[in-house]
Amino acid sequence: MTKLTKLVVDCSTGIESIIELTDAEIAQREADAAAYAVIEAEREAAAEALAALKASAKAKLIAGTPLTAEEAATIVL
Amino acid sequence: MANTYTLIQSVTVGSGGSSSIVFSTLPNTYTDLVLKISARTNRSNVTDAISLKLNNVTTNQSSLYMESTGGVSNSGTLSTIRGQTCGNDSTSGTFGNCEFYIPNYAGSLSKSTPSLGVAENRGANAYMWLVSNLWNSTAAITDIEIINVNSASFLQHSTASLYGITKS
Repeated sequence: MTKLTKLVVDCSTGIESIIELTDAEIAQREADAAAYAVIEAEREAAAEALAALKASAKAKLIAGTPLTAEEAATIVL
Repeated sequence: MANTYTLIQSVTVGSGGSSSIVFSTLPNTYTDLVLKISARTNRSNVTDAISLKLNNVTTNQSSLYMESTGGVSNSGTLSTIRGQTCGNDSTSGTFGNCEFYIPNYAGSLSKSTPSLGVAENRGANAYMWLVSNLWNSTAAITDIEIINVNSASFLQHSTASLYGITKS
């Protein structure tokens, strides 16, 4: 199995090093990714909901039917 | 107005890839920093998200973002510093570009770190992110680690360059 590494450059010396991640760093990296996946899922769900709301507002405008306040808010500045 | 733009260090990822890129022991002699990143990750996606770990922590971060694929646009908030690059499903040979501007990095006020990033892709979608990032800390920034929030790794030829800006 390939070891995970990080590329480190010391700005005071210019020396570059490739350092293997510690078990703690790997665990933190996995925890960060899991937490970010939750954030990203929420962001994508919100974006999809907004897109659906806009599509509904557009369809109602074309059909000449009343919009909900939420739908109107997506198109009125 | 900046009157100098000095390269502090530039690094390129080698053949083995790298999970992150770290600039350590930053000089405190500049006014601002500019971090320019050209990167591609091994994530199986057209786009990929990067972030910054400042002084080895990811706490007290927040951001306001606007994103667009060129067809669909969205905006919102996140609890991380956010930048953008491309994953391994982007057109072969393309690298995403992202820039962070970090004013007053050595000062004691909260650190704004705005970013502009794109996931280069010669396809239907090209993801663009404009982000107002904040690290709410009074500590001077001494170390910057570019991390991938999806647990992917930076591929060979990815580069990161850190510049120091001195105001006139």
